[in-house]
Amino acid sequence: MLDKNQIAKRIAQELRDGMYVNLGIGIPTLVANYIPEGVQVVLQSENGLLGMGPFPMEGEEDADVINAGKQTITTIPGSAFFDSAMSFGMIRAGKIDLTVLGAMEVADNGDIANWKIPGKMVKGMGGAMDLVASAQNIIVAMQHTNRAGESKLLSQCTLPITGLRCVRKVVTELGVFDITTRGFELREIAPGVTVEDVIAKTAGRLVVDGDIKTIVL
Amino acid sequence: MSNKVFAHASDAIHDISDGAVLMLGGFGLCGIPEHAIAALVKKGVRQLTCISNNAGVDDFGIGLLLQQRQVKKMISSYVGENAEFERQLLSGELEVELIPQGTLATRCMMAGYGIPAFFTPAGYGTEVAADKESRPFKLFGQEKDYLMEYAFEADFALVKAWKGDTQGNLIFKAAARNFNPLMAMAGRITIAEVEHLVEPGQLDPNEIHTPGIYVHRIFKGDHFEKRIEQRTVQAKSTV
Repeated sequence: MLDKNQIAKRIAQELRDGMYVNLGIGIPTLVANYIPEGVQVVLQSENGLLGMGPFPMEGEEDADVINAGKQTITTIPGSAFFDSAMSFGMIRAGKIDLTVLGAMEVADNGDIANWKIPGKMVKGMGGAMDLVASAQNIIVAMQHTNRAGESKLLSQCTLPITGLRCVRKVVTELGVFDITTRGFELREIAPGVTVEDVIAKTAGRLVVDGDIKTIVL
Repeated sequence: MSNKVFAHASDAIHDISDGAVLMLGGFGLCGIPEHAIAALVKKGVRQLTCISNNAGVDDFGIGLLLQQRQVKKMISSYVGENAEFERQLLSGELEVELIPQGTLATRCMMAGYGIPAFFTPAGYGTEVAADKESRPFKLFGQEKDYLMEYAFEADFALVKAWKGDTQGNLIFKAAARNFNPLMAMAGRITIAEVEHLVEPGQLDPNEIHTPGIYVHRIFKGDHFEKRIEQRTVQAKSTV
């Protein structure tokens, strides 16, 4: 079974040199800690920055330099600031090569729900609906089940939808799943996890066939 | 040339009255018009409609207006940092319209460009799409369904810039740019507060983000608190 950092590390293996990448809040943010050797990517922060760097050294934080999670950050050489309309312009126009998001639920047709729990949580969608409506390559990083132990990989989302048929890949503590017309196709399985575990915890259509590798980190 | 310069925030906002529709720049607490907000709290105007990406935190930004029950309606994309906001929303005291962040930004921008509506794929198939016209378009070789969204109009746009000159030309700094230049272009009356106010000619025309034609009033803020919402740092190495 993978922990949060290992989920991030596995997703980081999807990064290719030169990619423009948008990382969401939560596990996706951790992906930046595991960019493989020899790979350079440019991180987009949708509040208006390309070329996000690490957190500043203590005492060097600047209130005007924050990321989409409102955290103080730094810029790397070659970075650029822009307004929020341009930021979502580049997202809508498909310029971002990879988008990594968290989710509350993902359906086996690629639908995603991650912005609202009716009657409970009313924080809003932020940029999530814009991202999922336009990104060509979306990976969801999340736990396989919710706090009640119920599967988050479903045949149909029960929570309000963020976007339709948009998720391409899901990485959880149990494995790596590609979403195809057949449903969640198990591609890789986490060390110490059995196929039976995956079947028991997946409510949507699950395809287990072909060559299933063990995740190597 | 008419004088756009005001001495204090209270003078610049003197004619904002009950029921006004406002745009407020900023993302989180970054780049918010903190002096104009403080002046609105002091003035005590009520029944405001606020178009702003976020609603501040409990004791800063738009949170200060919420505390005094001055806001009738918020139009935002993300409001997760404010407990008082959530309380007023769940109790029905506050009207809230949540819209996707890119849609919010573009609806502001469109007003400044004189374009009444546009189509975006964001929110198609979700509850955001309720009662909205949708249409399929082919773009970049791909056919998708798009929602029609309208430009926002606001009585006043309150923005914060890094530098400005007395003719209203503005330059923003770093991520404090965010919604500010978009809203600056969209207000029927745009009020800019700046950290540095200079004479015409002291700003490089190549570096102006918002031309002064869009800015009706400008004042220098005395001291910007610029509160940080999530202070994240790396510990200094002791080596």
